[in-house]
Amino acid sequence: MSTVLEVRNLSITFGGVVAVDDVSFDAPRGEILSIIGPNGAGKTTLFNMVSGLYKPRTGTVLMDGENVSGLSPFKLARKGLSRTFQNLQVFPQQTVLDNVMVGRARWETTSLVQDLLHLPAVARQNQASRAHALSALERTGLASHAHTIAGGLSYGVLKRLEIARAIASEPRVLLLDEPAAGCNAVETEEIETMLRGLAGDVSIVLIEHDMKMVMRLSHQVLVLNQGRILARGKPDEIRSNPEVIAAYLGTHAKEVEDASN
Amino acid sequence: MNGKSELYVSSRAIGLLALLIIILPIFANSNYVIRIAALVWIMGLAAVGLHILMGLAGQISLGHAGFFGIGAYASAVLPARYGVPVPLAIFAGIAASSLVAYLVGKPILRLKGHYLAIATLGFSLLVGLAITSEVSLTGGPDGMDVERLSLGGFVIEAPMIWYWISGILLIGGTAIAVVLRDSPTGRALRAILDSEIAAASMGVDVARRKLQAFVIASVYAAVAGSALALMNGFITPDVAGFMVSVEFVAMVVIGGTATPFGALIGAALLTTLPQLLASFSDYQDIVVGLIIMLSMIFLRQGIVPALGQLFRRKSR
Repeated sequence: MSTVLEVRNLSITFGGVVAVDDVSFDAPRGEILSIIGPNGAGKTTLFNMVSGLYKPRTGTVLMDGENVSGLSPFKLARKGLSRTFQNLQVFPQQTVLDNVMVGRARWETTSLVQDLLHLPAVARQNQASRAHALSALERTGLASHAHTIAGGLSYGVLKRLEIARAIASEPRVLLLDEPAAGCNAVETEEIETMLRGLAGDVSIVLIEHDMKMVMRLSHQVLVLNQGRILARGKPDEIRSNPEVIAAYLGTHAKEVEDASN
Repeated sequence: MNGKSELYVSSRAIGLLALLIIILPIFANSNYVIRIAALVWIMGLAAVGLHILMGLAGQISLGHAGFFGIGAYASAVLPARYGVPVPLAIFAGIAASSLVAYLVGKPILRLKGHYLAIATLGFSLLVGLAITSEVSLTGGPDGMDVERLSLGGFVIEAPMIWYWISGILLIGGTAIAVVLRDSPTGRALRAILDSEIAAASMGVDVARRKLQAFVIASVYAAVAGSALALMNGFITPDVAGFMVSVEFVAMVVIGGTATPFGALIGAALLTTLPQLLASFSDYQDIVVGLIIMLSMIFLRQGIVPALGQLFRRKSR
C-alpha cells in the first residue's frame, strides 16, 4: 500500500491567528482518509493549502514522493490532484457534459494553432475527452443529465457533477470537501455508494460532517480541533476516543451510536 | 442543446452568412451600399475577435480599437514613410498588434472586471495619443493617405473587390471563432468565464489562456484595421479612439456575447444605423444610444440568443 499524498507539518496564520497548526498526514493509494472536526477547525483551510490556493507558512506537500509544495492550483491539478469545493464551483452556463469535459484539461495536448484551425487532431481530442467525460457521468449516475445546462440543476446533482468532473481528470489524489452537505438522505446514500466504488487507484481525502457516512467509508479518520490534530485512527478508535467525544462527537453522539448499530 | 448540434447550428449559420455575402450584390449593387456592406464585414470581423475575448473567456476590453488602430496605421505608415510593400506592412501590423497584446496583456489580465476595463481603456488612449502626436509619421489629427494594395500590378481599389475581400475574411474569422469554441482551448476559456477557481483546479492555466484570447482578439482587430485603412485609402486617429472601442463592446453585448453571430448582428446594427440616420444627423447619437439602452433593458442576453429562444418556442 503506497502513500500517494504526504502532508508534513503544514501551518498557516491569518492576521496572527493560527488557523492550521503543524498538521501532518499520509493518504495511501486506494484508501479513504476522512478529516472531521467542528466548524472552524481548519479543515477547508487545510484543503486550500494542499491544493495550492493558500500558501502555507511552513510545511511541505509530497505527491508520490515528489515535493509539490508551493505549486499553483493549476500545476497541482495537472500533476493529478483534483478537488471539489464546499461552496459549489461548477460552470453554470455550460451543459453537464461540457462541465465534465473541462476535467480532461490536463490530458489534452492539442496546440492553440491546431484548435484555431480545427485540424484533425482536435476532432480526435474532442472525441476522446467526450468519451472519458461520458464514462465519468455514467459512473456518477449523471448520464441522463449530460445535455442539461448545469445552472438549473438541483444541489445534490451539482455536488455529484463536481465529483464527476474530478473523476474525469483521472486524479491520483482526490480532495472532497463535504460532498454530502445539504443533500437529502437518498442523495447522501448515492454519494456514499459512489465514493466506495471510486477508491481503486485514487487516494481520497474527505471532509464530511455526516458521521454515519464517515464511519462507514473511511479507512482512517483524522480529527482536527482549533487547527490541530486531536486524534487519528481507524473509525472504531475515533468513535471511542474520549477527547474526540468531548470536543466534537458529543454533538454527534447519537448519530455515531446509530452508525455503529 | 448538446455540443454537436450547437456546432451544427453554427456551421449552418456560417453557410447562411456566406449566402448573404454572395447574393447581396445581386440586389444592391450601388457603390454606396457595397461600401457600407464591406464596412459591416470589417467591423464584424473585429467584433468577432472581441467576442472570443468577451464571450468565450469573459474578459472585457475597452482597448480593442487600440489594436484596430495599430493594424490600420501599420498598413498606412510603413508603405508611405519607409517604402515597405503593402502586403508586408499588413503582416507587420498583425505581428506588432499581437506583440503589443502579449506585452500589455501579461500584466493587466490579472485584473478583473472594472479594473481590467479601465486598464485596457488606458492602453487604447495611449495608442490614440501616440498616433495623434507622431505628426511626421501619421499626419497627426488630420490623418493620412493610405497607399493602395496592389497585387501583380493590379491596384485593389474598387469597393466591389473590397466587399469580397472583407466578406471572405469575415467568413474565415467567424469559422475560426466557431470551431475554437469546441476545442480544448475553447473549453478552457469558457471554464474561465464561469469560474476561474474551478478552471484552475481542473488544470487550466488561467493566465496563459486569457493571454491567448487577448492576443487572438488583437489579431482580428489588426486584420480588420488594415482592411479598413486599405479600403478607404485614408485614415484618421479616430479609428483608434475611445468611441470605437466602446462601439466594439456595444456590438458584442447587444448582439449577445454567447455567440460570434451576436457580434455580427451588433456590428451590422451599429454600422448601418448611423448611415440610415444620416439625414437626422442632429439626433443620430441619441437614436443609437437609445437603441443600445433598449436592447439592454429588453434583450439582456443579446439579440441573437433572444431570437433563438423565440424560434425554439415557436417550433415546439
